[in-house]
Amino acid sequence: MSIAILEYGAGNPASVERAFERLGAATRRAATPQDLEGARAIVLPGVGHFGALARGLAASGLDAAVRAALAQQVPFLGICLGLQALYESSLEAPGERGFGIFRGTVVPLPAGVKLPHMGWNQLRPLRGSRLLLGLSPEAYFYFAHSYAANASGSEAAACVYGAEFAAVVELGSIFGVQFHPEKSGAAGAQVLRNFLECLS
Amino acid sequence: MTLARRIIPCMDTDGKRVVKGVEFRGLRDAGDPAELAARYNHEGADELVVLDIAASRDHRPTFLETIRRVAAQLALPLTAGGGIRSVADARAVLRAGADKLTINTAAVHRPELLTEMAAEFGSQAVVLAIDARARPSVAGGWEVYVRGGHDAAGLDAVAWAQQGVAAGAGEILLTSIDRDGTRSGFDCALTRAVAAAVCVPVIASGGADTPAHFLEVFLTAAADAALAAGIFHDGSCSIQTVKRYLKEQGVPVRIEE
Repeated sequence: MSIAILEYGAGNPASVERAFERLGAATRRAATPQDLEGARAIVLPGVGHFGALARGLAASGLDAAVRAALAQQVPFLGICLGLQALYESSLEAPGERGFGIFRGTVVPLPAGVKLPHMGWNQLRPLRGSRLLLGLSPEAYFYFAHSYAANASGSEAAACVYGAEFAAVVELGSIFGVQFHPEKSGAAGAQVLRNFLECLS
Repeated sequence: MTLARRIIPCMDTDGKRVVKGVEFRGLRDAGDPAELAARYNHEGADELVVLDIAASRDHRPTFLETIRRVAAQLALPLTAGGGIRSVADARAVLRAGADKLTINTAAVHRPELLTEMAAEFGSQAVVLAIDARARPSVAGGWEVYVRGGHDAAGLDAVAWAQQGVAAGAGEILLTSIDRDGTRSGFDCALTRAVAAAVCVPVIASGGADTPAHFLEVFLTAAADAALAAGIFHDGSCSIQTVKRYLKEQGVPVRIEE
């Protein structure tokens, strides 16, 4: 059984693929609903525009397939835009629909700070996070985004940049991280290792 | 909780091998890019830049292969550039494994290229590289140079940075040609002028020799990141040495236990 990495036309799944392979986990790219069959988990490595993601997933039929998988509690990890896709919608693409696992709308980070939020930042763990197990509160993670989900207090960890936003969200077997674990050195590898632990 | 200042090693390549020159001239071989990338991945680099400074059409596939080999070594963000002239060029570079791309000469010739790339890949992937030289005759004091530092573009560096950001660039890689390879410290006046004029991160480049140079550009010039090549390649100053010094001085940096 392998981890299906969603491919929707934008973004580059290669670095996520390599990060899982370094941890000994087999992956496959999923560009059609059939590619999801029997997957051990689904990873959505989002880069780019919310609208491009929503349209890309819809065009390939992956949108409906992923919604069905989420409803069946197939383990899921959304990265960056992939976390944002777990919310109901985004002001980056009004009218497009997210997966709606978490309530709320993704909004632009506030003006007054340099945007994009690009670089290494620390987290504010809010409650026992499974993805952050074994990580120091001092650990840094790599972010590159201009939109985020406002912190609601129910996420596993938040980050502050201009505003406090959701950095790690967890609900059952569904996870999202606003940072890029595949580009966050040893700390990022630990997050992916923790995700793999949740699958066994 | 603060955004860490980034330390970025840069690999100038001839497409295939890392090369190093002084003030953009007198190139000599400085190793294999993938081997160096693996070293920097372990030594605490926050990001890596790989540039094709020859940037000729005919060896494009060679550079794309270099990007692939470098990306395979990294659990860090990778920026690649040199010779990117179109959205198609940019897509090939990103597909090869880069997270961001730098555009320099092509953006000066056609600033809309920045807009097209930002629309296609997001502005977080579009880095405007500016090579500048002090020129009292230019309004702001620094003039933009293109084609690897050869030709004056007739543009004021600060104004061009603002224009580039308005067009879609999400980051500025700012190199002082005067300081490049001289190991006499970053051009803090140039960096400060550009960082104050734009609302995106600025990477200072050119002239790094000692940890104190990095401290200076972060504290006095508001750089978000600082880039160096020679001192990291030849090991005369390690990334860890720079970061430990910065941390002691109270600058937020990422140090992995």
